[in-house]
Amino acid sequence: MRRLLAVLPFLIAVALVVSLAWPIIQGRDPQELPSVLLDKPVPEFDLPGLALGGAGLATAELPNKPHLINIFASWCAPCRAEIPRLQALAADGVTVLGIAYKDRPEDTQRFLDSLGNPYGRIGVDRDGRIGIELGVYGVPETYVVDAQGIIRHRHVGEVTDRVAKRTLVPLLRELSP
Amino acid sequence: MIRMILLAGLILVAGPAAAVQPDEVLSDPGLEQRARSLSAGVRCLVCQNQSIDDSNAELARDLRLVVRERLVAGDSDQQVLDFLVARYGAFVLLEPPKTPSTWLLWYGPLILLGLGGVAAVTLFLRRRPTAAPAPLTDAERARLDALLDDDGTDDNAGRSA
Repeated sequence: MRRLLAVLPFLIAVALVVSLAWPIIQGRDPQELPSVLLDKPVPEFDLPGLALGGAGLATAELPNKPHLINIFASWCAPCRAEIPRLQALAADGVTVLGIAYKDRPEDTQRFLDSLGNPYGRIGVDRDGRIGIELGVYGVPETYVVDAQGIIRHRHVGEVTDRVAKRTLVPLLRELSP
Repeated sequence: MIRMILLAGLILVAGPAAAVQPDEVLSDPGLEQRARSLSAGVRCLVCQNQSIDDSNAELARDLRLVVRERLVAGDSDQQVLDFLVARYGAFVLLEPPKTPSTWLLWYGPLILLGLGGVAAVTLFLRRRPTAAPAPLTDAERARLDALLDDDGTDDNAGRSA
């Protein structure tokens, strides 16, 4: 009993170190924050489109099947890098919707003209207010939304092959009836 | 030398520069004051260890404007913070709220201090009785008497106590 008591502080220290180090070992980015909107409906918005008077993106018009909403900007390098991956997803039949965050429509248009356009629809969030409604704290961010318009997942940062294969695609498949 | 003193004086006088831009400031000084003190407690999500009042990040500016907008719209301080927490989570507050999930964070150090205190006291009390010196054996006492009576002179004679 006494010996157990003597090693107790050591055991507590080991447990503490392991529990604190575990997220780091797991490769979790400590800067990454979980979305408050998980399992909540996409906030109400009605954004104008890229072309004057053209179709934009509104919550009421979200498709009633699982889809992705990608927050991007022409001034953001990882957004540029993830476009081919989003295109590949779109080619596989995934609906990818875009919100152009704090970007001039002409810059967004040029960005899409040079890289290709994976987006079924694009809404323009010039002043970033809808970004704030969504809790966006940096671009790119990608939301997985189910058929009922409920946010199921948020990915912060570039959609890499790994993220697409391991997280987005399985989740979309799981959400599909 | 005088120049150095002047320079030092200037450096001491200069306050930290806030990130708030002139075009953000509200015309009502009372509201502006509230906006400043609220902003000081709101985390900039981009830099994560700065308040939005200190940060030059674009998002921090947007959030400062949101804070002012809500205040102008007549929100209470708590309503403004609730608005931000609803979008960014409690992490947006630089001071974590006291909820069951943060009790350990808030009171853990006190508990540790208490446990340490209890451990220290019990150890101290337990050690005391064993600290009493064992009485001299007869042989030791005889030897001591012999040493003291040796030649009747005190080895410490002439010294002050």
